[in-house]
Amino acid sequence: MKQVIQVTINGKPRQDEVEPRLLLVHYLRDVVGLTGTHIGCETSICGACTVLLNGAAVKSCTILAVQANKGEIVTIEGLATNGKLHPVQEGFWERHGLQCGFCTPGMIMAGVQILQRNPNPTEEQIREGLEGNLCRCTGYQHIVEAIQYAAQKMRT
Amino acid sequence: MIPAAFEYLVPTTLDEALSALSTHTDAKILAGGHSLIPAMKLRLASPKYLIDISRISDLNYVRESGGQILIGAGTTHYQIESSTLLKEKCPLLTETAPYIGDVQVRNRGTLGGSLAHADPAADWPAAILAVGAEINVRSSRGERTLKAEDFFVDMMTTALQPNEILTEIRIPIPPQRTGSAYEKVKQPASGFALVGVAVQITLDTNRTCQRVQVGITGLAPKPFRAIGVENMLKGKVINDQLLAQAAEKAADGVDPLSDIHASAEYRSHLARVHTKRALQRAVSRI
Ligand SMILES: Cc1cc2nc3c(=O)[nH]c(=O)nc-3n(C[C@H](O)[C@H](O)[C@H](O)COP(=O)(O)OP(=O)(O)OC[C@H]3O[C@@H](n4cnc5c(N)ncnc54)[C@H](O)[C@@H]3O)c2cc1C
Ligand code: FES
Ligand code: FES
Repeated sequence: MKQVIQVTINGKPRQDEVEPRLLLVHYLRDVVGLTGTHIGCETSICGACTVLLNGAAVKSCTILAVQANKGEIVTIEGLATNGKLHPVQEGFWERHGLQCGFCTPGMIMAGVQILQRNPNPTEEQIREGLEGNLCRCTGYQHIVEAIQYAAQKMRT
Repeated sequence: MIPAAFEYLVPTTLDEALSALSTHTDAKILAGGHSLIPAMKLRLASPKYLIDISRISDLNYVRESGGQILIGAGTTHYQIESSTLLKEKCPLLTETAPYIGDVQVRNRGTLGGSLAHADPAADWPAAILAVGAEINVRSSRGERTLKAEDFFVDMMTTALQPNEILTEIRIPIPPQRTGSAYEKVKQPASGFALVGVAVQITLDTNRTCQRVQVGITGLAPKPFRAIGVENMLKGKVINDQLLAQAAEKAADGVDPLSDIHASAEYRSHLARVHTKRALQRAVSRI
């Protein structure tokens, strides 16, 4: 039986009727049309589907849309404000934090979570914070530097 | 990778959840969903009803009461990892938490869910055994309290009855001069434990071992207390040589798991080596 959910996505409230088995990532991509959140593995491993739910980074392929009911969701589309990139996005741009870009939305959301919890992380803490995100291209070094760039920018 | 259809129920009180659980056959509790939803996507589980307990606020807390730490079953791995109360009073739990999965997994997964799931390679069971926890479970008919070692029955099997919900984990606050440590060897692909050893040990001022609890996960079909190790240490004056001798008993009397990641022999070896390291580290922290 379909159920009504109310969520706020990137600051905008909305209401939809969904099947309980609909995964949050499919809801975001197929119902809401926000395709910035990627599906890499679909098995809770790669982190490409990472979004913020009530301020916590989560793998949206491992959450039912109904579990997000009454929640606040931020996706990659919601990070920039008035056309100005979020410092973590800017870091990926400035420090070449991506190659193919497939992992990038999830990496950026994980990066945002790292800096929310610890504005001044060590390199090791950044790497630990990215444990749930896989990148097949970059070798991670530039991703770590992108987040270091953002950390510095957000502190000043 | 889409689960089979089910009905979704969201009780807001424990009583509602318990009555839903007793009225619906083929119902499963949904906590963080980080074991159950992957299993449902693979159709390894296809319950007809999911009872989501994450909106029951009185299952989510860490507090101190009468010499014990009480943790609600719905408390997430991250909440435990970041609890200042636990860091001060029961540091074995804050040390163990970051070994679980990754940040996103720890933001969702719960202590109660991990214990109820009873994966033989899960981390919490080792720590829960080592801190000497008790586990409170409830049904619509009443409640009972089990020792951690009686809770784990076999691979993916606990003492929970189908109509019961795990509600609370109770941990005696360790006395002065207690040290603890968790040692884990990760299976490189999944990050789960090939072997995990949790130790909590209390010495008196003469370095005589007052009490010691060693919990081992990953080695056997169910997590267990390494009684052979504990018995060699209790009442003795502790030195490095004795710790090493005791650790040799870590795999005694167990039937070790064996798979493509590690043979039974290798797992047993890891258990002995890491029991020694965990004991040494725990003692060094006293
Ligand atoms: C990518 C990934 C990596 C992981 N790595 C690790 C790791 O390294 N180490 C580790 O230990 N774990 C790991 N896990 C598992 C994770 O810790 C899960 O969160 C945990 O096993 C289950 O907790 P949950 O709250 O998500 O439970 P759920 O998935 O919601 O439930 C699991 C089972 O327990 C039952 N249940 C849940 N709560 C209760 C309750 N209160 N009373 C009765 N029954 C209940 C459910 O019905 C279900 O059968 C990993 C998971 C993922 C997805
Ligand atoms: S798509 Fe969700 S973790 Fe890979
Ligand atoms: S940039 Fe290609 S997967 Fe990360």
